[in-house]
Amino acid sequence: MAGYIVRRVLQVIPVLLGTTFLIYFMVFAMPGDPIIALFGEKTPPPAVVEQLRERYHLDQPFIVQYLYFLGGIFRGDLGTSFSGQPVTEILAQTFPVTLRLAALSVFFLMVAGVSVGLVSGLRKGGIFDASALVVSLILISVPIFVVGFVAQLIFGIQLGWFRTTVGTGAPTQDLILPALVLATGSFAMIVRLTRASVIETSGLDFVRTAASKGLSRKRIVPVHILRNSLIPVVTYLAVDFGTLMVGAVVTEGIFNVPGVGRTVYQAIIRGENPTVVAFVTVMVLIYLVVNLLIDLFYAVLDPRIRYAK
Amino acid sequence: MKIKRFGLPAIALAAAGALALSGCTSGGSGSTGEAGSSAAIVSTNSTEPQNPLIPTNTNEVGGGLIIDNIFAGLVYYDAQGAAHNDVAESIETDDSQTYTIKIREGLKFTNDEPVTADSFVKAWNYGAALDNAQLSSYFFESIEGFSYDENVEEMSGLTVIDDLTFEVKLKQPESDFPLRLGYSAFVPLPEAAWEDIDAFGENPIGNGPYMLDGEGAWKHNERIDLVVNPDYDGPRTPQNGGLDVILYANVDAAYADLQGGNVDVLQDIPESALGTFESEFEGRSVNEPGAANATITLPERLPHFAGEEGKLRRAAISHAIDRAEITEVIYSGTRTPAKDFTSPVIDGYSEDIPGSEVLEFDVDLAKELWAQADAISPWSGSFQLAYNSDGPNQGWVDAVANQLKNNLGIDASGAPVPTFAELRTSVTDRSIQTPFRTGWQFDYPSMVNALGPLYGTGAGSNDGDYSNPEFDALISEGLAATEVEAGIEKFQQAQEILFQDLPAIPLWYTNTAGAWGEQVDNVEFGWNTVPLYYQITKSE
Repeated sequence: MAGYIVRRVLQVIPVLLGTTFLIYFMVFAMPGDPIIALFGEKTPPPAVVEQLRERYHLDQPFIVQYLYFLGGIFRGDLGTSFSGQPVTEILAQTFPVTLRLAALSVFFLMVAGVSVGLVSGLRKGGIFDASALVVSLILISVPIFVVGFVAQLIFGIQLGWFRTTVGTGAPTQDLILPALVLATGSFAMIVRLTRASVIETSGLDFVRTAASKGLSRKRIVPVHILRNSLIPVVTYLAVDFGTLMVGAVVTEGIFNVPGVGRTVYQAIIRGENPTVVAFVTVMVLIYLVVNLLIDLFYAVLDPRIRYAK
Repeated sequence: MKIKRFGLPAIALAAAGALALSGCTSGGSGSTGEAGSSAAIVSTNSTEPQNPLIPTNTNEVGGGLIIDNIFAGLVYYDAQGAAHNDVAESIETDDSQTYTIKIREGLKFTNDEPVTADSFVKAWNYGAALDNAQLSSYFFESIEGFSYDENVEEMSGLTVIDDLTFEVKLKQPESDFPLRLGYSAFVPLPEAAWEDIDAFGENPIGNGPYMLDGEGAWKHNERIDLVVNPDYDGPRTPQNGGLDVILYANVDAAYADLQGGNVDVLQDIPESALGTFESEFEGRSVNEPGAANATITLPERLPHFAGEEGKLRRAAISHAIDRAEITEVIYSGTRTPAKDFTSPVIDGYSEDIPGSEVLEFDVDLAKELWAQADAISPWSGSFQLAYNSDGPNQGWVDAVANQLKNNLGIDASGAPVPTFAELRTSVTDRSIQTPFRTGWQFDYPSMVNALGPLYGTGAGSNDGDYSNPEFDALISEGLAATEVEAGIEKFQQAQEILFQDLPAIPLWYTNTAGAWGEQVDNVEFGWNTVPLYYQITKSE
């Protein structure tokens, strides 16, 4: 087990190097000069543009710029934004916010999605199953910005149950509404996955054996059926968590959440390359870590899976 | 200029508009003293400042709002854009070239340093020096000694006479120089700035009506808290307890917060609410032409747009655009059809400048002019109009293209460029091969600001490389005039030439569009489309 983890962690290094290079190249190849854009509709004096290019090493060839960036990483310096804020500070500010938002959203999905899916699966074809299908289909077919704006209008402005946008410091109670909106996107998937998996597991031999041994329904459902049905659901949730962590641009925009998606979007528009590269690198890292954790979690859910060699 | 990338710029109000506005805002409530509480904090929307808060390096609205409120310059602008002395005791000149500036005694920065002549001269020299590469350095280019070729530590045109007096010598006479001094690049800086300018940019120390609420008041991407500067002694005395500037990534979220009562004053209206905000916030909104305009630039180097043929085609295109229809249908009346090259809020504005008939919608005349041009050299290819698709441009560009298609019978379409940076890069390096959208937001309320820098031979923002010696001469004469009226007359004559040559086709003025909640009063928007925050009162 330990050896497996070490190997997986070591794999991260070449992946990271490759990704930063690719991302840096893509950002570099983006057309348009961010320095000229700094001046808006005004055409800047060429001498000033030259000075600024030099300051940000934008006058150097690609490979030299990339080496500057790599060198910075090893010194713990990811560069600064145009507003003079160190990128490391921006990372430290935005990721915790997005982490809370994503965790909250996944929590809602777990509770609502898995329980609805479980009940649907156990009472296949019943009224509950049918209505759950209809509701989840509606939710999955409405684009997230519509859900976001409607939720904001009804629960934020008209009913006043939640703050319309997220306040300073992104307090967790303000994140509830955006997290619910984010959860609607995957709710249907979780319900369908859980339902299908529960139906499949319920028909398996060991469930019948457990029942014939005289075990109570209360014991069979959570321990034998649910636990064994969770593998695909957990995989999906973890992938979803990874996706949420790398930012939900639309939702974060609607609710003005000072998180990752909003920041990266703004950095791309403004051509703040150091910010974009650093953020995407951290996103890749998170994705890798989350996937490693999923693989390890499998072993917990299903003892037959072993990562020996 | 203050760049605004998202949303709508705010405005200067014409005198009549201002009267009407104050009529609305004070309706039903008492005078300033009764309606508001001097301790209440007013909240407003803005965007994350793009650059450190150094006045000479701030050229967009997010940073500009903060700089304008925490610093006091020599002069300030009232709602109508007229300049009045603030820190200046007097600004005197005999020849519009050498100015003697006296500042008021006893003024200080919020760190208790006195405001002296040195505070201005050092700040201006810093802003102008090439090595510092300040985004607003071009504001100092008319001062004697300024150079783009070498680093100048101290410009020869700035001389400190005594603690409270300094002299400015310009390269040539420029009668509107005093008007410029209210722009944020010209504010004084304390000695503390020179110890560590980067740290200063994060926690600036000013001399204005407000100050930052302690170290770290700038919470990046979230908010910037300003409180009243108790030592401020000047004409912009705050009528409230401070300003909470909330930073939004998009205006839609800010609008939802206004509806939800989480923010008091909105200085922008999102596109989605352009048609409804005036009825939703009846009596608590503003929609008036502002000091910004939109144009289409047609460089002469493009085929068919040079010489006599070019003139005919430009006029034909101008006549073929139904400005009133587009401003009404696409913008719900938050743009105002253009009648000149400047803006209605600028002193000297006239909608009857000879030649301005070329802006009138007239299909028959357009067809006739286009046919005349075809007689010189037949039209070929299609008319493409470049715009950046990361801003709200597609709607109007497609509308213009369709009107040209229908009214001139030519093939016309928009040519989207993905980002603003890309569009401006190809405009700046002249690689763009189509006409393109341009816009201008005034730096300071003077007519020449929208003429000289845009259409003067070799001028900084002359994106179409227009050149006409007659125009240049009229601008110089206007600047050399010692009487304001005489200067304006020359600038209007210069516009007559522009109407003949049409280096760019004026489309419309951008309106100041904003709204505010019931809890605030005395909301008035300035000439530059930003509210005069110090006047706002709020009940608790």
